[in-house]
Amino acid sequence: MTRWSVTAHARITAAPDGRGGTALPELAGDGPLALRRSRDRVTVVGAMAAPLGGDRLRLDATVLAGARLRVGTAAATISLPGRDGAESVYDVTLTVEDRAVLHWLPEPLIAAAGSRLRTTTRVELAEGARLVLREEQVLGRSGEQPGALSTRLTVRRAGRPLLDQELSFGQAAPGWDGPAVLGGRRAVGQLLVVDPAFEDKPVAARLLDRDDGLDGSHASDGGDALVTPLAGPAALVTAVARDALTLRRLLDEGQREVVGAPW
Amino acid sequence: MSTHPAPPPPPAPAPAPGGAARAALLVLADGRFPAGGHAHSGGAEAAVRAGGVHDPDSLEHFCRGRLRTAGLTAAGLAAAATAGLDPLVLDEAADARTASPALRATSRKLGRQLMRAARAAWPGPALDALAAARPRGAHQPVVLGLAAGTAGLPPHDAAHIALYESVTGPATAAVRLLSLDPFAVAAVLARLTPDLDRAAEAAATAARAALHDGVDALPAASAPLLDLAAERHARWKVRLFAS
Repeated sequence: MTRWSVTAHARITAAPDGRGGTALPELAGDGPLALRRSRDRVTVVGAMAAPLGGDRLRLDATVLAGARLRVGTAAATISLPGRDGAESVYDVTLTVEDRAVLHWLPEPLIAAAGSRLRTTTRVELAEGARLVLREEQVLGRSGEQPGALSTRLTVRRAGRPLLDQELSFGQAAPGWDGPAVLGGRRAVGQLLVVDPAFEDKPVAARLLDRDDGLDGSHASDGGDALVTPLAGPAALVTAVARDALTLRRLLDEGQREVVGAPW
Repeated sequence: MSTHPAPPPPPAPAPAPGGAARAALLVLADGRFPAGGHAHSGGAEAAVRAGGVHDPDSLEHFCRGRLRTAGLTAAGLAAAATAGLDPLVLDEAADARTASPALRATSRKLGRQLMRAARAAWPGPALDALAAARPRGAHQPVVLGLAAGTAGLPPHDAAHIALYESVTGPATAAVRLLSLDPFAVAAVLARLTPDLDRAAEAAATAARAALHDGVDALPAASAPLLDLAAERHARWKVRLFAS
């Protein structure tokens, strides 16, 4: 690796444009986090390989009351080792106000061999906010041992905790590939849907793996997924799979189960 | 049981100085303490059926993962309850840290059973108040932490008990489910003790931080396969263990 570590802070703010569409009063890319827009959609385009060991990246997105925003990435994010084995940090803060909708659907995060990355995603939702958020982690590129990766997802709604989960993989996380955590699989992901409509009509817990025995006792080969209602008005799809493609298929299927009509 | 509305639980009493309550640690951590834990396998029964746990080595791998995820998260909540954080806030934090409804139900059921035993053993206003506020059961680690505090134990000891339970449950269950050699399983537990001590330290440190920074400072480590296995297990018609 040839470049020095960088510190970058990108910002997005979405507001209603008064004509039923979305305005972006703030769209500020920084360093490796270049931002491109089209209508109500923002794409994070990697302007350089990142995160690299030692990088400190931050991305804040705010969806003001009544606005809609979709954010994705142009490609998978690959966590790479830096010059001195330093850890990199990627912090995302998402704020969604009342009657606002955020679709946060980045491509997978891949932990390359020797990398060390810690990500935090903090989400603050107003009571009337809606959210679809997907996170996918792939442990190592094809055929390699993964680096160290820890991801924390903290979601608060109306100021109270709704979901708080941390996943850690690699050497510093004993048992990560064992039968309690990933069972030797290399791709794991979650899709979270928060919608006040779930207050009255929560989803039912349901397994999505298809090659099960009738009693659901056996894990399938390619992957397993689960839809669960959280303790608040939200549904979580959790999937573990042998590769990124299978993972995405399971999460997509979960999303269709949870979100009937697109919103 | 009082029918009056519950006052907010007062903070747990300060721990006895100098580890004077050490024997209480043994009573509370003992598998024979009548808190209902023996009926639960901590996900081991589902992992055995799925083939992931089949011998002492795979059991150790399972337990190492469980210790560092569900165990550490429970230990942080327990230590924070002992340290005096509001148990109802911790109960909500436990909900947010438990994505599986089957695991939320199990944790509350075990919390209710532990509450009954703990109030008999170490009666006190903190346990009474939580029992009144959560009549169907608070999350088990929160009850454990309050019980430890009432018994005069420090947060670090509450973390140790939560972590110890997180591996002894699966280990004992695996002996029964797989007819494993009990000596080999005792050796597995012995090999886990350095990890367990480190996790207890981390949980106690996080609990101290949470006194100032709130519950977000507590561990939230999760394990996807434990969630999947719990939901699968809850759907079986016939099973040896309740979870």
